[in-house]
Amino acid sequence: MNLKPETLEKIDGVITHYPVKRSAALPLLHLVQEDQGFIAPEAIEWIAEKLELQPVNVYELVTFYPMFRQQPIGRRHIKVCRTLSCALVGGFQVCEEMRKQFDCALGATSADGEVTIEFVECLASCGTGPVVMIDDELHEKVHVARARELAAQIRAVAAAEGRA
Amino acid sequence: MPHPAERRLVFEHLDEPGYTPDLPCYLRYGGYEALRKSVQRQPAELVDEVKRSGLRGRGGAGFPCGVKWTLLDRRSGKPVYLIVNADESEPGTFKDRYIIHQDPHQLIEGIMITCWANQVHQAYIYIRGEFPHGARLLEQAIAEARAAGFVGPDVLGTGYSCEIFVHRGAGAYICGEETGLIESLEGKRPYPRIKPPYFPAVLGLYQCPTIVNNVETLCHVKHIAAMGGEAFARIGTLNNTGTRLLCVSGHVQHPGYFEVESGKVTLGRLLNEICGGPRPGRQFKAVIPGGSSSKILRFGERFKIKQPNGSMVEWGVEDIPMDFDSLASCGSMGGSGGVIVMDDSVDIVAALANLNAFYAHESCGQCTPCREGSLWMKKITARMVHGDARPQDGELLKSVADQIAGRTICPFGEACAWPTQSFVLKFAGEFAGYAEIGKQPKAADHVQIV
Repeated sequence: MNLKPETLEKIDGVITHYPVKRSAALPLLHLVQEDQGFIAPEAIEWIAEKLELQPVNVYELVTFYPMFRQQPIGRRHIKVCRTLSCALVGGFQVCEEMRKQFDCALGATSADGEVTIEFVECLASCGTGPVVMIDDELHEKVHVARARELAAQIRAVAAAEGRA
Repeated sequence: MPHPAERRLVFEHLDEPGYTPDLPCYLRYGGYEALRKSVQRQPAELVDEVKRSGLRGRGGAGFPCGVKWTLLDRRSGKPVYLIVNADESEPGTFKDRYIIHQDPHQLIEGIMITCWANQVHQAYIYIRGEFPHGARLLEQAIAEARAAGFVGPDVLGTGYSCEIFVHRGAGAYICGEETGLIESLEGKRPYPRIKPPYFPAVLGLYQCPTIVNNVETLCHVKHIAAMGGEAFARIGTLNNTGTRLLCVSGHVQHPGYFEVESGKVTLGRLLNEICGGPRPGRQFKAVIPGGSSSKILRFGERFKIKQPNGSMVEWGVEDIPMDFDSLASCGSMGGSGGVIVMDDSVDIVAALANLNAFYAHESCGQCTPCREGSLWMKKITARMVHGDARPQDGELLKSVADQIAGRTICPFGEACAWPTQSFVLKFAGEFAGYAEIGKQPKAADHVQIV
């Protein structure tokens, strides 16, 4: 495990927030995933040792909580809300448009590794649907035209960074 | 601008130009004065104040907040914890998002007053993983409040100590259920605990007495401390006191968030006046009034209601006052305040299929009726919308749902059964005739929802 010094510092800090170390399991998984991009088997072992748990105690969290992943994803993570309020105002069309824009299957990563597109359950912004999260940013009232703009922005960033 | 029919307490400064989420701004608007006053009072007085206010929990169940606090087991001598439920995971609900992002200090003040009233020294804010900015804003706000002496080892020079930490969830709906949330905060899978014996007030976080309150509820506590319980109880209606945050989504002209006096605004006024009515050329077909789990109401159905004074009234959907008791008397619930509106363009079987997919995804899998039943309901409605509907599917769905509700450890069983039970009951014709209805060519403006 090769974690950044600032990640290690945050990890040691967050463990002190709880009287029982095990409570820091979710915060550690978030921090490690932010650092590494995903949760590898050695990360599970590392967190287990850090919190004095068995690896299975950490593994069962990774397999339960939807936000944790065991494989790397694309450089950008596009999450389209699938649930009813967004669906009623066009969430499925937005998801379809995103897939077309990047020629990417749902739940998969585009061939160039640029994006991963997922349907996710309710993002708690139902009044401004359809909503899409791109990495940590929430985008509201994303209809098909706006989805195209967002896709163009992602491609522009990729081009500026020498890809595509 | 708030609509004239609104009465804003918790949302008073939302979207106000120049109102920012930092401490100096909050102080300019009189922030932390209620905490300052509260720490001069006996904690028990504040608990009484909240009891007198009649405040009912805003997370979904509507349990009286002051009563919840008095259920705390004080005899064990164990520390008491406060957990702030900021999981906001009920589809259709998005009120806490705006409090957290625009007015985090209001929440922190409510937390600190609650902690003082119950002599809690450690609070955790369990915030859904999908609010990364919200979590950072809260952490910043706590740090500011701590530096200013509103939180920490010596609150406002009283010698009383209380810390608040932010704990992020990771995308699981079940963490909104209080005992599942506690398991999650302990670093485990969020499998809800069985009650009895695991009432949080007795055996909560780390088997210690624990209060779990929703974000909105704690903000109301701040206003109760400021204005007094009796003044708060004069807002709204009897047994449904104070204001209520309502979140409207789906097929209205102006969806959004609103704050109204409980029971003083009808569903019809909310949708037609405040939210601008249906989209042009459309009519309302159905509404889910209190988060996706609450039972659907069909426009055109009538309710014969016995009022508290014994007299009978007859209401249409538009006439139902927006409060816990009125919605319950019509067979649904006020729940979390998430109002999802569907107009006559909606294929009601497809709408249920959308919700069933949600519940099948979110069942924690602990209890067999829920784990298997939610999946069956998803499969049946998915099969229906994919062209293989059978006339008896409505009955089949009802039979599955009836075998989940009441047979699980936590209320998720009801939460996933109620949509199916109510959709099938109220739109029986569409379910029975779906073999034909589902094959009809789609309109040009058809919106796929499943």
